Formats: sequence, structure tokens, C-alpha cells
Amino acid sequence: MAVKLKSPRWWIYHILVGGFAILMLYPVIWLLMSSFKPSDTIFVTAKSLIPDPWIWTNFVDGWKGIGGNTFGVFIKNTAILVVITLIGQVISSAVIAFGFARLEFKGKAFWFGIMMVTLMLPHDVVMVPQYIIFSKLDWLNSIKPLAIPAYFGHPFFIFLLVQFIRTIPRELDEAAIIDGCGTFKIFTKIILPLIRPALATAAIFSFYWTWESLLGPVLYLNSPTKYTVSMALNMFLSNETVSNWGAMFAMSVVTLIPVFVIFFLFQRHVVEGISTSGLKG
Amino acid sequence: MNTRVMKENIQADVTITSISKRSRIIKENLTGYAFISPFIIGFLAFTFIPILASLYLSFTNYNLFASPTWIGMDNYIKMFTADPRYWQSLKVTLIYVLAGVPLRLAFALLIALMLNTASRAVGLYRSLFYLPSLIGGSVAVAIMWRNVFGDLGIVNIVLDVLGLSTVRWFGNPTAALWMLIFLSVWQFGSSMLIFLAGLKGIPKSYYEAASVDGANGIQKFFKITLPMLSPVILFNTVMQTIAAFMTFVPAFIISKGTGGPLDGTLLYSLYLFIQGFEFFNMGYASAMAWIMLIIVGILTAIIFTTSKYWVHYESEGGR
Repeated sequence: MAVKLKSPRWWIYHILVGGFAILMLYPVIWLLMSSFKPSDTIFVTAKSLIPDPWIWTNFVDGWKGIGGNTFGVFIKNTAILVVITLIGQVISSAVIAFGFARLEFKGKAFWFGIMMVTLMLPHDVVMVPQYIIFSKLDWLNSIKPLAIPAYFGHPFFIFLLVQFIRTIPRELDEAAIIDGCGTFKIFTKIILPLIRPALATAAIFSFYWTWESLLGPVLYLNSPTKYTVSMALNMFLSNETVSNWGAMFAMSVVTLIPVFVIFFLFQRHVVEGISTSGLKG
Repeated sequence: MNTRVMKENIQADVTITSISKRSRIIKENLTGYAFISPFIIGFLAFTFIPILASLYLSFTNYNLFASPTWIGMDNYIKMFTADPRYWQSLKVTLIYVLAGVPLRLAFALLIALMLNTASRAVGLYRSLFYLPSLIGGSVAVAIMWRNVFGDLGIVNIVLDVLGLSTVRWFGNPTAALWMLIFLSVWQFGSSMLIFLAGLKGIPKSYYEAASVDGANGIQKFFKITLPMLSPVILFNTVMQTIAAFMTFVPAFIISKGTGGPLDGTLLYSLYLFIQGFEFFNMGYASAMAWIMLIIVGILTAIIFTTSKYWVHYESEGGR
């Protein structure tokens, strides 16, 4: 890279934009740094970012969790829920998207329209009846109400995958038909391998949404042994009277780590997912 | 079975092809429905039947334990005439949506314009500005926000340093609501990414032609950028409005589930949750949900019908 003098415009631009980026992220940096400060000094020393002294005890304290369940238990619960949900959402959405994007059948436009409407439907409308149905099925206090609906497709992912499949030339399908492939084989052998980038995008968002979700777990999981990380943080907050901010901040940081790691590993998929289909982050 | 097959064999060629064509169409239809069947089953079981159930429940008194009793319009009447908390939640939510969504979109557009250059750092900036949007819905961030705006939090420190008077964000309902609105604006990242993609799609030649004609930057923005971007703005507005209406986690965490102070952060979803799952007024909560559905429907309809006055579509082929 050749060294050349930067113009004043260049400096102004980067100071402005870079400065604003840091300003935006300052609260997150503050949260991270505060998690290394002793609880009783967090707000006293809120002006200075760097902890003095650096301590790890917040993480040790926080990890002890609630009611005899360590934070490890909550992470395990959430991870299990994430994996089960992710597999269900991605596979079912891919199958459904293939049907919408490639197959011709009566009523396709109608069902696609319905799918687009569900995409904009406020979840609150179905929340109460769903709860009643799941309670009649005796599914309360289990992950069934959270995981089983995942196996019937997710409108955002169906939409994303339909868009993606439409960009794949139909000649590939036709060539496969000549080679004697049936519809199912076209799906598994031709389409699935080609839509891997979009599947990855769906998987990443599925992870985010399940990992961060609070309302579903709060409704359906009652016993602390089944709590997810979001619920555990909520419990920390309810016990905030003990003012153990340090531990709460430390565990907040812990729950954000996987989100950041996955983002930096798969940035391209995330950015493309939002840019092309408006998936919300 | 055999006789039918034999009969078919005797038919004339034309009929055979028409039969095979018909059976192919039937088979195509069956295959199609087989692939989308998970969606249809899921839609019926988890959306359609619950929506109908919700409509029925909204005319009943139901607490999950006794069976529902029909009370006609009572829930709706109570909501609008005898429940000040309902009006409060409606007011708070409308302010949240009408202030939050335009501010968020304006920010998103501003930053997208700043990032729509050839600089190599754009990729990094894009990621940094997107991060709040990525983590914004989490409990961790709501907890962070609560403390950033605390009496001794960094927001008040900054206000103090700037010589402004500090604000007790939890001490008054308006300030608490603005704390939520700021949190929503802070998460402008996903809209920004959609705007960036839209900006990349505007042909450079338009700007070059405008420059030749002597247009300045502001004219280019209003005559080229904004019209060309208007379909994306429409999409963003609709999706963000719906999402804002359903906001739950920040209000729930920041107010510790109460909607306080003085119901200042009692967003609609939170009040619905409190009615349905704390008081177990499930009929009332269902009625609330239906009013929400109608409001969201009307807002969306308004955005779409007014869109023909401000959304510019390229004339080539109907989009």
C-alpha cells in the first residue's frame, strides 16, 4: 500500500463517521468494562471506562446463577432450544420455499399471499389462544410450545429462500429431469446445495431470534431448571435490590458473546440477508 | 382396477394423452401441496384457528380455569370507557411508534448516505452501525440501557459535563418513554443496511447526468436519491411500524414488568401481557389483541394508499 497524504476531507469524514460509530457503541463498551469493576464502584466510577482494579469475581458470582442452577444450566437450556428450533425452521422453510418457488399447483398464489400476510401479522393476536391450546395439550413448562411450531416453516425464512431459489436458472432443473430425477431429487440434489448461503443466513437469524427471545420462554417455562439465558437475566434484574450489578453486567456480557462471535464469523450472510429480504436484526 | 386399465388402453390416442396430461396435472398439484403442506398445517394450527379463537374469546370472560362465558361487547366497551390504563397504553404506544419510527428511519437514511462512498472502511463502519440493531432486542441490552440512563448513568454524566441539567429518567413518565424511543432509534442498523442496498441500486449515470445539468448535492438528493429510494422507504416504514407496535422486551425489562413509572412505558404489548398472563383476563387480552390487529391494519393501509403519492416506481414493466 503506497503511502499518500490524506486529504482534509478524508480526515473529516473518518473522524465524523468513526466518532459517531464509537459514540453509538459506547454503552456496550461501558457495559463490558463495568463487568470488570467491583459492584459498589460501577456507578461511582462510571466516568472512567477502565476498571481499577480489574476483577473477575463478577463472572464467578454471576455464574453461580439463581436457585442452585448455575448459568451453565441456562446456557445449556438455551443452546438445546436454539438447535432444535434452528433445525426445524431451516429444513421446513427450505421444503416450503422450494414448493413456492419451483412447483406449479392450483392455489399457489393464494397460499403465497397468506404467507406474506402472516409475515406482517402481529404475534400478540395469536398469543392468548396459542397459550390456551398448548395448556390444553399439557405442553406447559416444556420447550414443546417453543420448538414444535418451528417445524412448520417461518414466513421470513420462506420468503428469503423463495427469493434465492428464483435466482437459480430453471435449466438446471430441466437437465435433471432429462437425467431422470424426480421432484424430490431435484430439491435435494440440485436446489439444496445451491441455496446453502441463504440457508446459512436463515440459520444465523434463527439462532439470534431464539437466543434473544424472552416472551415465549416467560410464557411457557416455569421451573428455573428450564430457564433460558434471557429469563435468567430477567431474574437477576428482579433481584436487583441486592444491587449486585457487577454479576448482572457480567452475565449480560456472557449472553452477548455468542451473538458477537457469530456475527463476526458470518457477517456477509447477515448483511446480505437483511439487504435482500429485509429480515430484521 | 384391471378393467379400468383395460378400458383406458382401448381409448383413442387423443383421450390417452388428455388423461395422462390430466393425471400429470393432478400429480403436479399433489407434489406442490406436499411441499408446502408444513406451512398450511402450521398456518391452520398456529395462526388461523388461534385468530378465530381470539375473536371468539374477545366476546367472553375467560380466565383459563372456568369455561368462557359470553359477554358480548363488554370487553370492548370496558376498554374504551372504563379502563384509563388502556387509553394510557394506546397513547404511549402511538407516541412510541410515531416518534420512534420516523426518527429511526431518518437516522438510518442519514448514515446510509454517509456510508455510500467508495471508502475501504465502509465495510467496518457498516458492521459497527449494525451491531446495536443485532443485539438491541436482547435482555442484556435492555439491562444495559436501564443502567446507562440511571440517575448515575453515563447519559446523566454527559448531560452534566455539557452543563445541562440531569434527568431522572425513571422519575417521570415522559422521560421514561423517551428512554425507550432512544433505544429504538439506536437500533437503526437493519434499516440502514436496506437503505444502503437501495442506494447501491441507483444507476450512477443519473447523478452524472444531473451534474452535467448543473444540479447541486441537495437537488440530487431530492430529485434522484429520494424518489429512487421511495419503494425501499415504503417497505421499511411498513415493517418498522408493525415491529414497533409489537415492542415488548425493552418495556418489560426497563420497567421491570410494570410499565412504570406511572404507566409511562406501558406499551400495548406489555399491557396485553399483563392483562392476559398476570390477571388472566384472557377475554379482555384477546379483545385488546383484536383492536391492535385493526390499528396495525389501518396504519398499514394508510401507508400503502398514500404511497402512490410519494413512492416512485420505475415505469418499465409493473413491479
